[in-house]
Amino acid sequence: MKKSLLALAILAGSTALTGTAFAADKTLVYCSEGSPEGFDASLFTSGTTFDASANTMFDGLVNFKIGTTEVVPGVAESWEVSEDGLELTFKLRAGVKFHSTDYFTPTRDLNADDVIFSFTRQMDENNAYYKNANGAWEYFNAMDMSNLIKDIVRVDDMTVKFVLDHPEAPIVANFAMAFAGIQSAEYAAAGEAAGNLDNVNQNPIGTGPFKFVAYQKDAVIRYVANADYWGGKPAIDNLIFSITPDASVRFQKMKAGECHVMPYPAPAELDMIKATDGMSLLQQEGLNVGYLAYNTEKENFKNVKVRKALNHAINKQAIKDVVFSGYATIAKNPIPPTMWSYDESTTDDEYDPEKAKALLAEAGMADGFKTNIWAMPVSRPYNPDARKMAELIQADWAKIGVDAEIVSFEWGEYLKRSKDGEHDTVLLGWTGDNGDPDNFLRVLLGKAAVGGSNRARWANDEFEAEIQAALITSDSAARTASYKKAQEIFKAEAPWATIAHSIVFMPVSDKVTGYVVDPLGGHWFSNVDMN
Amino acid sequence: MLRFILQRLAVLIPTFFGITLAAFIFIHLIPGDPIEVMAGERGVSPEKHAELMHAFGLDQPLWKQYLDYIWQLLHGDLGKSFVTKQPVIEEFFKLFPATVELALSALIFAIIIGIPAGIIAAVKRGSVFDHSLMTLSLTGFSMPLFWWALLLIVFFSGNLGWTPVSGRISVLYYFDSVTGFMLIDSWLSGQPGAFKSAASHLILPTIALGTIPLATFARQTRSAMLETMGEDFIKTARAKGLSPFRVTVVHAFRNALIPIITVIGLSVGVLLGGAILTETIFSWPGIGKWMVDSIFRRDYAVVQGGLILIATMVIAVNLTVDVLYGLIDPRIRKKGH
Repeated sequence: MKKSLLALAILAGSTALTGTAFAADKTLVYCSEGSPEGFDASLFTSGTTFDASANTMFDGLVNFKIGTTEVVPGVAESWEVSEDGLELTFKLRAGVKFHSTDYFTPTRDLNADDVIFSFTRQMDENNAYYKNANGAWEYFNAMDMSNLIKDIVRVDDMTVKFVLDHPEAPIVANFAMAFAGIQSAEYAAAGEAAGNLDNVNQNPIGTGPFKFVAYQKDAVIRYVANADYWGGKPAIDNLIFSITPDASVRFQKMKAGECHVMPYPAPAELDMIKATDGMSLLQQEGLNVGYLAYNTEKENFKNVKVRKALNHAINKQAIKDVVFSGYATIAKNPIPPTMWSYDESTTDDEYDPEKAKALLAEAGMADGFKTNIWAMPVSRPYNPDARKMAELIQADWAKIGVDAEIVSFEWGEYLKRSKDGEHDTVLLGWTGDNGDPDNFLRVLLGKAAVGGSNRARWANDEFEAEIQAALITSDSAARTASYKKAQEIFKAEAPWATIAHSIVFMPVSDKVTGYVVDPLGGHWFSNVDMN
Repeated sequence: MLRFILQRLAVLIPTFFGITLAAFIFIHLIPGDPIEVMAGERGVSPEKHAELMHAFGLDQPLWKQYLDYIWQLLHGDLGKSFVTKQPVIEEFFKLFPATVELALSALIFAIIIGIPAGIIAAVKRGSVFDHSLMTLSLTGFSMPLFWWALLLIVFFSGNLGWTPVSGRISVLYYFDSVTGFMLIDSWLSGQPGAFKSAASHLILPTIALGTIPLATFARQTRSAMLETMGEDFIKTARAKGLSPFRVTVVHAFRNALIPIITVIGLSVGVLLGGAILTETIFSWPGIGKWMVDSIFRRDYAVVQGGLILIATMVIAVNLTVDVLYGLIDPRIRKKGH
């Protein structure tokens, strides 16, 4: 009785289906974990939305090579950084076609106007699309692009120059991120003329490997392969996102053949998934870190010996086993091991309560002290259960006489109060955006981020000098050296207890070939085939 | 009768304003602001934060925001979602048919099984059937919905392969929505197998969602029947030599209907509440999950608008029940005068 997807596909193929022909072609069903907020990736920040928009239908000037953080040409075939690092010039690829659909037919290929529109709408307050979004271009703002880009110059039809306010080496990788996908200026102008500024977000037109067919809210998103794709037509003909919020149900659907790929399996079911016939469990270390930040502005945590003592008191192996069900890598550096410039030679603060007690005594706090641990109210890849993690740390610290109270707030409140530095210690984490160490070290530990995402409120001159030096040079050897030095300083100063880097799992049907797990957490189907 | 209905409607106006105020206050009482939640770990600078709060009108005092909201409501505008930027009313009506389809299906399932079972239990009071039914219904009533739904999926879809796991129809069927009700749309589409696929997708969520109302209906019917069957007019009917079937169904059941209809009317709220979990587990694109997601995202417009729309529906159902009372029992209608 078990209906296989193949049988259904044949059945469906043999019958007349209206709309786009979802006939006997290769149709891949992806059981996605949630609904996209919309299809204009620049307006949003969630990975779920990026999968449904940027990763399927759009290209950046540059792209990430799938499965890596390496930057490769996108709709720009080459780029050049000026000597002083203040000018970034992209040469566009000829013959790149925007999608032809039943709601839009482009009259021209991609050119400089499209690139300029894609960014000015996110920074020019007079742009109709800027106003329509109330200026809420979340990621563009979060990456500080509005302060970084001073001007965008149309050199010729196929050349665009970005004039920067100050040199910043990782900026090229920013252009591969979801918010930097290239939109059609022609389509946007048509929407504006018709008074329909939401069109770009509802009926997307990109240049990417798949074209939009339809979205049934909270249920199904349908795409068809883009036969005119500059990178070659994808091997599968149709791509369907079947929205399935519950992880256990996603697994049951995989088992029943109702879908071929699913993200975010429940940790408790991993062993069961491994043992199930007809599917394999792919895995890769995620580009993330979960940490406990000490508020270095609070009296108790000003002394590095106290911070080191608390680090030595935490049993990270127990956290890995309990909170991550064993599926994580214990973190010793603030950046994950898969990232370039990761310092292998770092020695971690090993679990040693006696040493911790001695260090506390040296700091003049032999009797311990009272403090708090803030635990996030939400589950994140870098910390699936912050409450449990906080309880383990609380018990560990109790052994050296440190009495910690666990505190939690609603998520928005938690982020805001911890930004304001109300905490003693706070659990949080980060998932990389662009694969550059700067995106971890400067964003999370830089001086300018105190009062923002630098929750340790740690401002160290030596560390700052290293990350600033790495920021302005594009010499990769020099950058690597600086980042290694920065990691050394970090470890000696211990503004955080680095906890873990989680592992990303993807159950994939044996019918699917070529699927690669993305370290940046995206889900990509242009290079996938089915047998 | 018309006067009776008008009186009921008049009570609705203050109720309705009460609901808008409650919806507004509750969602604003939950701490956390939508701008911070949207930005997440990445954060937003204080300047940008202030700019966005202003752009969304969130920097106004609460009473002003409420008055603006009421003004907007009186113009028939429920506002736009912060998250999807779509009009709340449009989103609601895209999802509402799915919720209604499931709720109706669960309700019918609960009625056609629960009421006859309750009648039989009452007639055969003290029998094995009666005892087992009461035990089973207590179990059904106490079952955690989340666990029950997953159990159904694992057993019937996973192990036996009899039913599809989740969704409203196989994703391989694709046609335009006409009514929003999948059973009707799939039938209208004329695609072979589409209706069967839609119907088979409805089975497990119907059972999951219908279990609690079924248990309630069975128990309520049984006790209401027992009460009426002890009345003098039933004895008279029996003494007149009417058939047991006629005595039970025409005389006893008709008089037991009032408490049963009350329970059915009240269960609409239970069905909408249960829909939140059922919809999440069965990937059912209805309003339950939409509302919960919006609360987490502090999507004020959706939470407020959604609550108002749902409350309106529940009020409409209750009004219908009130009218039905009047039809069944003239004494109630008379008291209204």
